[in-house]
Amino acid sequence: MSSQDIPEENLPAEQDTHGAVGVADEKNPFADPGLPPHEHRIQDVDERAAKRSERSVALLFTVSMLATVGFIASYVAIPADESVYIWPIGHISAMNFALGMTLGIALFTIGAGAVHWARTLMSDLEIADERHPIEAPPEVKTKVMADFKQGAKESALGRRKLIRNTMFGALALFPLSGVILLRDLGPLPGDKLRHTLWSKGKLLVNMNTNEPLRPSDVAVGSLTFAKPEGLEEHDEDFQTEIAKAALLIVRIQPENIKDKQELEWSHEGIVAYSKICTHVGCPISLYEQQTHHVLCPCHQSTFDLSDGARVIFGPAGHALPQLRIGVNDEGYLEALGDFAEPVGPAFWERG
Amino acid sequence: MSTNQTTEARRGKAPAGERVADWADGRLGIYSLAKANMRKIFPDHWSFMLGEVCLYSFIIIILTGVYLTLFFHPSMNEVEYHGSYVPLQGQLMSEAFNSTMHISFDVRGGLLIRQIHHWAALVFLAGMFVHMMRVFFTGAFRKPREVNWLFGFLLFVLGMFTGFTGYSLPDDLLSGTGVRFMEGAILSVPIVGTYLSFFLFGGEFPGGDFVARFYSVHILLLPGIMLGLVVAHLILVFYHKHTQFAGPGKTNNNVVGMPLLPVYMAKAGGFFFLVFGVIAAISAIAQINPIWAIGPYRPDQVSTGAQPDWYMGFSEGLIRVMPGWEINFWGHTLVLGVFIPLVIFPLVLVAIAVYPFIESWVTGDRREHHILDRPRNAPTRTAFGVAWITLYMVLLIGGGNDLWATHFHLSINSITWFVRIAFFVGPVLAFVITKRICLGLQRRDKEKVLHGRESGIIKRLPHGEFIEVHEPLSQDALHTLTAHEQYEPLAIGPTVDENGVERKVKGSERLRAKLSEAYFGEESQIPKPTVEEYKEITSGHGHH
Repeated sequence: MSSQDIPEENLPAEQDTHGAVGVADEKNPFADPGLPPHEHRIQDVDERAAKRSERSVALLFTVSMLATVGFIASYVAIPADESVYIWPIGHISAMNFALGMTLGIALFTIGAGAVHWARTLMSDLEIADERHPIEAPPEVKTKVMADFKQGAKESALGRRKLIRNTMFGALALFPLSGVILLRDLGPLPGDKLRHTLWSKGKLLVNMNTNEPLRPSDVAVGSLTFAKPEGLEEHDEDFQTEIAKAALLIVRIQPENIKDKQELEWSHEGIVAYSKICTHVGCPISLYEQQTHHVLCPCHQSTFDLSDGARVIFGPAGHALPQLRIGVNDEGYLEALGDFAEPVGPAFWERG
Repeated sequence: MSTNQTTEARRGKAPAGERVADWADGRLGIYSLAKANMRKIFPDHWSFMLGEVCLYSFIIIILTGVYLTLFFHPSMNEVEYHGSYVPLQGQLMSEAFNSTMHISFDVRGGLLIRQIHHWAALVFLAGMFVHMMRVFFTGAFRKPREVNWLFGFLLFVLGMFTGFTGYSLPDDLLSGTGVRFMEGAILSVPIVGTYLSFFLFGGEFPGGDFVARFYSVHILLLPGIMLGLVVAHLILVFYHKHTQFAGPGKTNNNVVGMPLLPVYMAKAGGFFFLVFGVIAAISAIAQINPIWAIGPYRPDQVSTGAQPDWYMGFSEGLIRVMPGWEINFWGHTLVLGVFIPLVIFPLVLVAIAVYPFIESWVTGDRREHHILDRPRNAPTRTAFGVAWITLYMVLLIGGGNDLWATHFHLSINSITWFVRIAFFVGPVLAFVITKRICLGLQRRDKEKVLHGRESGIIKRLPHGEFIEVHEPLSQDALHTLTAHEQYEPLAIGPTVDENGVERKVKGSERLRAKLSEAYFGEESQIPKPTVEEYKEITSGHGHH
């Protein structure tokens, strides 16, 4: 569209009726001078430039069509497991790269074409529209209030209080059915969070080898993860049970154990602690052999395993529960009972 | 309608498009709708496209999300993996994880759609954050747009939870850790926490239900509400018309820009394709959430560097830096170390959400505002906004304290302590500094209006003095720089009238007056140049 096509009434000069509030003059140099005059773009005055724009837009749309063809071709032709080297990213899935790039180009060029079209060939004349107050005029408000009063009066809701009160009662009560229905979302907690699979005589089974542990398997400075005997990965409730029963085992020289109870509950310096962080339940898995500190990688709570696993840094609120262990007749490490306190994050009933 | 007869007469002659439109108009009244809206004016400013980025990424998320539901199995049944990704062969995993593997490796283009879905979600949340800040700092939330501000805020919050429930669905090691964190946080709620957790997870964590439950929340409940809010948000944008910055010809009673048809439609419609195209290209080259490298969830396993998606990062920061306070009494535990962050988390968000109502209470201004503020001209608001962002960013640092430690070789303990202190000090510092910067910019504007623009031309006077030539501003610029209005601080007035009778002043009024003084007192704004000042300076020559 060239400037010749712009209707006269759209030109800024014709629009002074709305738009400008004051006219610039000697009195007020800060007054609103009104919309600035429209400046022509080269496309408005030079038809050849407009043609060039038209061709650019058409080219972009054509590229889009080609990219879509490329998308379909990639989908059909590229094997799903082929990887390709793209500098500087490295080896990536050829299919994902080809589909994504062709789709991206197909979409982007449609957008670029439309925007270029709008910017160079559609009218760039700014137009002023009037606003109207959002609030209704007073007479409308009066009418609405009167209508409402009339409606309320005809309903007799205010006069017949018995109806009103019982209706409110009924409306307030019926959602209770919906709330009640939520009861079976889950069982009541009971004391489930207080117990784990550990009990007297259960062997400590190495998580990696699936073999019961002997004291000789645990070297000073090593970190071993264990589960209770009888819990297998294929068990239906494996996830829920391991979430409480997971154990971390380290060996510390007995003379380095500062906590008396910890020493009593250990076996030849082998101590077993709950692996589940007492903060919000991440499994603790970073062990510093020199200091006997374990660190939870989620929120960096740090526990001193040589001192009753008390918290020495981070957001955890209490020490890791210790599992009392011993050795059975055959020389395997065994639990001497369940954890004395609930494992994992604290909760209201924990106490 | 009076045109019925003409329409009758022309039947058969009108072009097909018009006949279809006539048909629709007779049933839907589209001509009246089009009359009001087809040439509706939209002002142009780069920052107005931020909201469009959000809208378009939301549409992209819905399109790709529907595709993903065709292949995803929201089940936690354990299965053994036998797909085409060799390293996980024989591994036990939930069906949710298994089907996500299937989408990523065996459905052609499935990985691309998954990545577009996830990238678009990140862009959606980032877009909403920046869009919200744009609206905040320009005062676009003022009457009549407060309700729309709340709609937008709700969209941001719901978007966070839709994102969280979404990235938890594949049941991978990383997201499962996030769900565990959520469970730990719920457990900390006094009295009902344990029950809430058991009801949410159908028993003990992780149980076998949460993927299916998160699924219906993620694909139906939350997006349904959000779709409604988006529609309402857009209707209000149309109804209120767009705001605009002050400038020549732009007043509070008009809206200056381009008509919907054709310019805005082409630009906005084209912009959808630009956004979609860029996100598709990102998804082609930038891998996101490679669950095959992370592995299926096991409650007893974890990887280092575990991070939520960015928009959940500030809640992660809260939980990481909070000291582990626990109070035990009468056989109960109050887990303040987790519960306090859980309470602060919504409070941080609410602080920014209620701000418009506090400001309008302080100003007592009941007029409609359609001209945007430049942030410098509302120093207290701007300072509050920057303080809020500072708090948010400090918490983001806290949420990634392990990554800061490993990437910059810092001590994790000192980062945590830095965040603990900066949580309180940072926002205050940011507030003071921002306010001063705003006032400085106001002074510079005043200077420019009164003395003109520095031209960079140095002139030597006959007696040897060097001066820089200042060029007077155009009237357009003069108007733009002086168009904002400045509030007077609210005065309570004398509390004792002339007869010596004491007038009761409510405490809330006193607070309001104090706040008003803080907002608009001498310390908080530079009086804008008056016409008299301008004339006095420009009439005399030789002043610079």
